[in-house]
Amino acid sequence: MKIAVCVKQVPDTWAEKKLSDSDKTLDRESVDGVMNELDEYAVEEALLIKEANDGEVVAVSMGPDKAEETVRKALQMGADSGIHIVDDSLAGSDSVATAKTLAATLKDQGYDLIIFGSESTDARMSVVPAMVAELLDLPQLTFASKVSVDGDAVTIQRQADYGYDEVQASTPAVISVVEKINEPRYPSFKGIMAAKKKPLESVAAPSGEPVGLASARTEILEFAERPPKAAGVKIEDDGTGGVKVADFLAEQKLI
Amino acid sequence: MSILDLSPEHRALAETVRSFAREEVAPVIGKLYEAEQFPYELVAKMADMGLFGLPFPEEYGGMGGDYFALLLAIEELARVDSSLAITLEAAVSLGAMPILRYGTEEQKREWLPVLTSGAGLGAFGLTEASSGSDAGNISTTAVVDGDEWVINGGKVFITNAGTEITKLVTVACRTGTQPDGRPEISSIIVPSGTPGFSVAPKYSKVGWNCSDTRELVFDSVRVPLANLLGQRGRGYAQFLNTLDEGRVAIAALAVGLSQGCVDECVQYSRDREAFGRPIGDFQAIAFKIADMETSTHLSRLATYDAGLRLTRGESIKHTAAMAKLYATESAVTNAREATQIFGGYGFMNEYPVARFWRDSKVLEIGEGTSEVQRMIIARQLGVGG
Ligand SMILES: Cc1cc2nc3c(=O)[nH]c(=O)nc-3n(C[C@H](O)[C@H](O)[C@H](O)COP(=O)(O)OP(=O)(O)OC[C@H]3O[C@@H](n4cnc5c(N)ncnc54)[C@H](O)[C@@H]3O)c2cc1C
Repeated sequence: MKIAVCVKQVPDTWAEKKLSDSDKTLDRESVDGVMNELDEYAVEEALLIKEANDGEVVAVSMGPDKAEETVRKALQMGADSGIHIVDDSLAGSDSVATAKTLAATLKDQGYDLIIFGSESTDARMSVVPAMVAELLDLPQLTFASKVSVDGDAVTIQRQADYGYDEVQASTPAVISVVEKINEPRYPSFKGIMAAKKKPLESVAAPSGEPVGLASARTEILEFAERPPKAAGVKIEDDGTGGVKVADFLAEQKLI
Repeated sequence: MSILDLSPEHRALAETVRSFAREEVAPVIGKLYEAEQFPYELVAKMADMGLFGLPFPEEYGGMGGDYFALLLAIEELARVDSSLAITLEAAVSLGAMPILRYGTEEQKREWLPVLTSGAGLGAFGLTEASSGSDAGNISTTAVVDGDEWVINGGKVFITNAGTEITKLVTVACRTGTQPDGRPEISSIIVPSGTPGFSVAPKYSKVGWNCSDTRELVFDSVRVPLANLLGQRGRGYAQFLNTLDEGRVAIAALAVGLSQGCVDECVQYSRDREAFGRPIGDFQAIAFKIADMETSTHLSRLATYDAGLRLTRGESIKHTAAMAKLYATESAVTNAREATQIFGGYGFMNEYPVARFWRDSKVLEIGEGTSEVQRMIIARQLGVGG
């Protein structure tokens, strides 16, 4: 079983994030980058599937020079090799351009499964996995909270408000995972040492597709800092506190 | 080129342990600390990450790393919690390391894999009720009877000695008298559960509340002669070496605690307002944080320097003592100031700085008090008698 797992470097969730004034995209240089949290679950799932079925895991990331660290992290966790798509022309790419770039890199490489995290903590669009599936003409098994592989049948539980749907497809297929699916491992020092010797290839953007900020179909017109948290509502319990709390929750459509 | 420029692998390890500490430890440690519970689940996760095997060769189940890697892991843990950091420090540096350094091939094969995997913990029993700093003066005895050692006596304040996963305690015993009249000291491995070896209930401590500290009693405890660790009569020299290394590890723990104080105070002084502005705008607060940052940096330089010398196999008696002395005294100052910056909240157990404050003091005591460090440093200079 040959599995690709797509990983993205995002600004450290603990750091303050800034948009750059000049092109209104995220300033990625000034903060530490980390592997997108949900992608850690994707890597873990790929490794679990590999460990149960044999095969290999290839970590793929599109991103600036620094994003190589994130591919390396996947190798430290246990992926067998890595591909880093790095090209100045890719800067500012929107989700369509990202999906096209990834699809072109993944196409015809014999992957049985292509696994993604279901969203990134910086852009939070959740569309790239579906777009890649569409571009590669593969079935999409998105928002999986459980994956089981049996021969060339893949079954997932798709997370929904009311519980889950069971969805099945045959390989090759694209999967995106949600955080309930597993508990990602921390790389061991042995894994860190072993990753030094694993192949990590840097490739340029596939030609022919318009990518980068200029070709983006969406544009950020304006941005503003999140306003400080407003003071909450304080309810004094004069015997009717419970009713007031319930009324408040009902007003907010929470109950 | 600075000593702070870590190799990519050391950096990756530090980052991994940092994520672990803030994602897995920080959310749960407050409750465990209050309940004074040994953190079995967290220790198991640390074992999965290979932390207990860091400085051991792969043939004994280790990670094939070095002592410097251990220092980084201890530092990053202590940035969030000292109990876990000392559990790792005592298990590796005091529990398992002497077996690697002084054990026979057979002893290494028998004991190291369970310790390096983190499935079991090792402890080191030196201190006694009436001999701590004066460790050459212990009174626990071991005598040969047939093909066994028979041990009688007791130890106090022994870390990791009474957990459900403790596998052994290496006990410093008096095994005779040397020609010059001084006691002959040897180290003997006593497996947990050996008849006659009992472990008292946990102490009630000021800090390190999730770390296991016990008093031990040896009442005619019999172990095979083959449990002697290293040569008979070399126990004193062995534990002096073990403690030299351990001091660098305690210094790393102190660096982590100091850094944790800086992390917490930077954030808090921006958020907390008084007199209409963030308290960090007051120079009295800002300067405290500047001092904390400075002493943390200097502590780290001293610790990494000693750590680097240690991994190179150089003598570290002098540098380890200075690193331990400076880093631990800085940690106590930083924790005190951090609590001050947090005001009343800093005195509440639910705030990390309150834990830091409670955890910091013992750093000036364990593995050689500050006075003992000063004695060592002065003696190297030929002063102080
Ligand atoms: C939480 C905790 C965990 C511990 N874990 C372990 C462990 O795992 N294994 C182990 O063997 N021990 C352990 N210890 C013991 C620790 O190493 C000793 O407490 C320490 O070495 C000091 O010994 P003492 O308590 O007997 O103090 P003492 O030696 O009685 O010292 C009392 C005071 O006198 C000072 N003093 C002593 N001699 C001199 C001198 N010549 N000149 C100037 N001042 C002097 C000391 O610095 C100190 O201030 C632990 C202790 C604690 C608190």
